[in-house]
Amino acid sequence: MTRKQRRLILIGSALAVLVLAVGLVLSALKDSIVFFNSPTDVVEKQIAPGARIRLGGLVQQGSIVRGDNLQVRFAVTDGQHTITVAYQGLLPDLFREGQGVVTEGMLEPGGTFRADSVLAKHDENYMPREVAERLKQQGHWRDEESKKAKGSTR
Amino acid sequence: MIPEIGHFALVLALALGIMQGSVPFYGALRNDSLLMATAVPTAVAQFVFIAISFAALTMCYVGSDFSVVNVFENSHSLKPLIYKISGVWGNHEGSMLLWVLILALFGALVALFGGNLPITLRANVLAVQSWIAVAFMVFILATSNPFMRLAPAPGEGRDLNPLLQDPGLAIHPPLLYVGYVGLSISFSFAIAALIEGRIDAAWARWVRPWTLLAWIFLTLGISMGSYWAYYTLGWGGWWFWDPVENASFMPWLITTALLHSAVVMEKRNALKIWTILLAIMAFSLSLVGTFLVRSGVLTSVHAFATDPSRGVFILALLVLFIGGAFVLFAWRAPLLKQGGLFAPVSREGALVLNNLFLVTACMSVFVGTLYPLALEALTGEKISVGAPFFNATFGPLFLVLLLAVPFGPLLAWKRGDLPGVAQRLMAAAGVALAVMVGCYAVVQGGPVLAPLVVGIAVYVIIGAFTDLAERTGLFRMSPKAALARAAGLPRSAWGTMIAHLALGITLIGIVGETQFGTERIAEMKPGQSIEIGGYDIRFDGMATRPGPNYSDQIARFTVQRGGAVIGEIEPSKRTFPARSTTRTEAALMSRGFSQIYVSLGDPSPGGTIAVRAYHKPLVLLIWLGTIVMVLGGLLSLSDRRLRVGAPKPARSKPVMQPAE
Repeated sequence: MTRKQRRLILIGSALAVLVLAVGLVLSALKDSIVFFNSPTDVVEKQIAPGARIRLGGLVQQGSIVRGDNLQVRFAVTDGQHTITVAYQGLLPDLFREGQGVVTEGMLEPGGTFRADSVLAKHDENYMPREVAERLKQQGHWRDEESKKAKGSTR
Repeated sequence: MIPEIGHFALVLALALGIMQGSVPFYGALRNDSLLMATAVPTAVAQFVFIAISFAALTMCYVGSDFSVVNVFENSHSLKPLIYKISGVWGNHEGSMLLWVLILALFGALVALFGGNLPITLRANVLAVQSWIAVAFMVFILATSNPFMRLAPAPGEGRDLNPLLQDPGLAIHPPLLYVGYVGLSISFSFAIAALIEGRIDAAWARWVRPWTLLAWIFLTLGISMGSYWAYYTLGWGGWWFWDPVENASFMPWLITTALLHSAVVMEKRNALKIWTILLAIMAFSLSLVGTFLVRSGVLTSVHAFATDPSRGVFILALLVLFIGGAFVLFAWRAPLLKQGGLFAPVSREGALVLNNLFLVTACMSVFVGTLYPLALEALTGEKISVGAPFFNATFGPLFLVLLLAVPFGPLLAWKRGDLPGVAQRLMAAAGVALAVMVGCYAVVQGGPVLAPLVVGIAVYVIIGAFTDLAERTGLFRMSPKAALARAAGLPRSAWGTMIAHLALGITLIGIVGETQFGTERIAEMKPGQSIEIGGYDIRFDGMATRPGPNYSDQIARFTVQRGGAVIGEIEPSKRTFPARSTTRTEAALMSRGFSQIYVSLGDPSPGGTIAVRAYHKPLVLLIWLGTIVMVLGGLLSLSDRRLRVGAPKPARSKPVMQPAE
């Protein structure tokens, strides 16, 4: 075997592995990506029921209703639109009314969002970045809070 | 006074760093040994001054000096001493100081133990190492000074983020940083080699122990971080494919590839350019990781601060170092002479295949981590790429790699005998197949993938033993002779075998936890019990217990199996008044390698409490595997050949001519 042939085999196998990887990445990107939406997006984009999305916003004051067997309903709002979320399970430690939240799941035909996971991690100053940006865009961001969120006296 | 001393020491270290980065470099250009020799004392002095600076900050924390902004924001006078100390690196500024401390430590180690390095190589390596240190010291002094004062000094601090007040945090970041920053050494060696335009097998022998050391710490750091997330976040998950986790995992993958390619370079003088490229990539990825974590572009547990000026600064450093390194690579790499030839089927070929898969697997993680950022920057569309993506891309690539793992050590250098090796692995494959079928029969109707992966894991483990048996002649000679040969095996061979074995162990843990684990969520009244994984868990009631800077609301549970009491577990809700936050403390009970995991939800007024209970079969094997992997690394590190300071100069080693 000459040097050239060996190099060809090497490059060929490298390409084969690369093609395999690219194929896997592309197919996974098509199937397993979840888009983030605010309640306004859901209304404006007319997202179809059954599509898997992330819904984020603030938990509306006074909207949490607990049912039996760890059923819970609450409303997620961005100030313009509000969507009711139904969830069954444990809520994270930092889940509170008036706080930012990101839920993942799908819309039901009735317009309720059925979430299978609720994220509200981090400390009390933390707001999911997507939520903070949307709220800023829509003018619901209170500056006082953002200063506090930086946790700084400088 | 103490903070000022720390600040001043850091400025002095910066001045020394600038000197270390320029004088030896100029000396190497002029071939002036006196100038080159200055690298050694400056490297040591730089470390000493950064250590003084770090000690000063630590003293501010221990003494709860709230006139220092950083201490005020991240500490509390009632906090236990260990968290006062770990709080030093539990925030952005302090952790960057730890970063440069470790960087300077590695520089000083090379200076002290590099006595038998060629003098120009040592001068250049230390100069490059110092450029990195200077850049990060400027970053700290300009944007994240930990010694900033506050007047008037507040009476009490704001406390450390409760999630971070945990023994796991005390050790996880330093371990990870030693790993990250340790890669700077192989980077500096690579850049120095490119500057000199010369590289040989001795270079690989020099770089390998440092890389191995970094790899060991990186492995430990990732593993610790994973276990920390597992028991503190209360979700029972041990790996989330969170961008910050990926940021540490990508350098690990590339470093693993680098370790393997450096073997080829050391033994066969081949793959030189590729090895240099991997060394650059490994450290570049740890810089990218630092950027992702420190700039706050990602949201995650680790986002301490979101300050755009820092992000831009780190991005500039990133472009400077990574871009500069690649430009230098493109310019100088063609100068490096290609070494030994090998047939595609050979040990070298197997190691190349290993590298191919590790690098592409790393690329898939890279795409998944950065694609959302790129998409958002370009289109404004926000997406999340979660576990399903990584399972569908990284998973298959890694499983194929695992199939190849046992072949590598069994193939001969230069030209291997594939059918012969396959024959030797028949036993491993046979046992694996039997286990696969057995497993499938037991979990009939369960996931199909699980038995398959269990089979692969068993195959990897037995494959590692096959290698050992072949080397010692276990089944061909008397046990005594085999034992004698086993004792005579180089430690690096043992290291290889043990590290490969560990992969199988971790894989079994992963399958056990993900495929056979059970979860139950229930609302429980005192006296009620639930069944999980064959255990009955009875809720006995609530109690409160005060802690130093928190108070616990404990739920007591009794765990029973078949009516017999096994023990009690007490998960709790821990409230930290300084930040008015609550964090759930999960409770774990180990049974062999399996665990019962109970975490709490909200107590409701009626005296009931929401409970999340898991049975996690074999979950401890995940971390046990990584520990075994580290043991393999340590054994390999202790190999005579690689002992720091002991390698023979390249000239004394006969240069083998490639067979054509």
